[in-house]
Amino acid sequence: MVRTKVAITYTSGEQVEVYRFSIPATILIPLTAVFLQAWLPLRFPFFSLFDLPLLVTIGFATARRSPVTGLVTGGLIGILQDALTHQPIGLYGISLTVVGFGASSLGIKLDVENAGARFLLTIFFYVVHEVVYFTIARGLIGLRMASSWPHEIWSGVANAMLGVLIFMLLDRVKQRT
Amino acid sequence: MDVLGRYRNLIVLVGVLFAQILGLAVQVRRTTDNEPTRLIRIWAVGTVTPLERMLVWVQTSTSNVWHSYFYLRGVRAENRNLKLQIERMSLEQVRMSQDADQARRLQALLAFKEQFISQTMAAQVIGSSGSELSRSVYIDKGESNGIKPDMAVITADGIVGKVLRVYGSTSLVLLINDQTSGVGALLDKTRLQGILRGTPAGEVVLEKVMSDETVPVGEMVLTSGGDGIFPKGLLVGRVTKAAPGSDLFLNIRVRPAADLSKLEEVLVVTKIDVRQTEPDQTGAMRAVDILAERLPGVPSKPADAAKAAVPGTSTTTGPGADAKPKAALPPTAVGSAAPPAGKSASAAPSSGVGSGASSAPNSATKATAIGADAAKAPAPLVKPTAEPKPQSDVEDGPH
Repeated sequence: MVRTKVAITYTSGEQVEVYRFSIPATILIPLTAVFLQAWLPLRFPFFSLFDLPLLVTIGFATARRSPVTGLVTGGLIGILQDALTHQPIGLYGISLTVVGFGASSLGIKLDVENAGARFLLTIFFYVVHEVVYFTIARGLIGLRMASSWPHEIWSGVANAMLGVLIFMLLDRVKQRT
Repeated sequence: MDVLGRYRNLIVLVGVLFAQILGLAVQVRRTTDNEPTRLIRIWAVGTVTPLERMLVWVQTSTSNVWHSYFYLRGVRAENRNLKLQIERMSLEQVRMSQDADQARRLQALLAFKEQFISQTMAAQVIGSSGSELSRSVYIDKGESNGIKPDMAVITADGIVGKVLRVYGSTSLVLLINDQTSGVGALLDKTRLQGILRGTPAGEVVLEKVMSDETVPVGEMVLTSGGDGIFPKGLLVGRVTKAAPGSDLFLNIRVRPAADLSKLEEVLVVTKIDVRQTEPDQTGAMRAVDILAERLPGVPSKPADAAKAAVPGTSTTTGPGADAKPKAALPPTAVGSAAPPAGKSASAAPSSGVGSGASSAPNSATKATAIGADAAKAPAPLVKPTAEPKPQSDVEDGPH
């Protein structure tokens, strides 16, 4: 069986494995994430703490390890998420584009197969997502934002914990190229 | 060419970000009437809401089966309690219908126009926006059900929000705790008006109430009808905190009466009637007569008849004595009007009023005292409100 690998850097001899997802998984997983994000907080209000589309974007991007695919996937998931809100389309789109690009770029350089690395990676990209989102919402749309550091930290940790579980589930459906 | 290949990823990233920022800028500039992203929204909503609708249907069906067939323990006891409650409410209804009749008569005297909710449509909440920056929910009724933008959405507990966007079979409802929402509101007792807004944290605040006003914690907040969406008098919530703000206005926090985090079923107000109360309901009746009907009666005496010739006293004691009161005002209700009346009764030069006040039973004393106040100073009619105001203000209108 031939495995596709990409070089960690242009000059490096080390290589990392690249995975792909089937078309049904590529479509259904993000859709399910967006759907659950819209549905679960109504039944379980504490669930609004989580950001499933963000976690799926990070999971897809780190597994595929292709920056262009990562940013396109992030952008599409973000636009879908935006379309359900009453805010202008593009807030989540831009934010998840950056996260998708960053996660896949980092996925090339780092070993993101173990739970610890995934936990830290998710916290890092949660913060990136919040910063980008808040900047655009405040700067371009003029929305007032309420942010408290304890809430953000707690939310980041909770998302990272859930992220580790989601990445484990994604491991089951990803395929080696 | 090699450089382009090397920076291909970055170039694509910049291109995609630029396109999205440009799109965002276009949307911000345009109004919602001419929405360029409507197609994307229709696709997204059309993809997600059928799943939500299906899950809600499964959940509701399961819940119905459970509650209708299996969970019947304690139904008999509950039935007994409900019957008792119905009896209590029937008595309450009699008293309230008296109040409503009086309010209608007074409204007719003022040619008062009132908004009535004449038609509502029940809808199920099937999903949310999934974002804390967009506090909105989706309901399972849309354009095909006659829903239109800007319709009010309420529950039995209080107001919920307004319809923002309408799709084929679903609608997006903007909740009152969203930071972009605004509702005309007034405080129940003090009648101070303000604008109800959501905060980024999802709280509800009442703005534009001057800081020199006193707003008690726990006071009810009602819709004022000024926004043209919600009819006047619907319950919004209660004041939980009122403190001086940074500027000239009070910082008033309101807890919504409807639980906005656990919405399941709502009512969309599809039709609001603006009606004027028929003036023929009142005939030639004066406001003082209307009030006298409600006050406890005083037995007819020849002395009273003689006093009837004295201006100021006849209007109150006459009808009050003849007409048996249909529903007596509770002592506290009369008491609220009594303080100024008591003062005027003691200070009134008319001996008739004074003697009536001293010789009559307690309830009659109050009746006469209010009448005396009415006789003392003619004042313009006050605008009728949801809660009956002190009667002394209302009596002098027709004079």
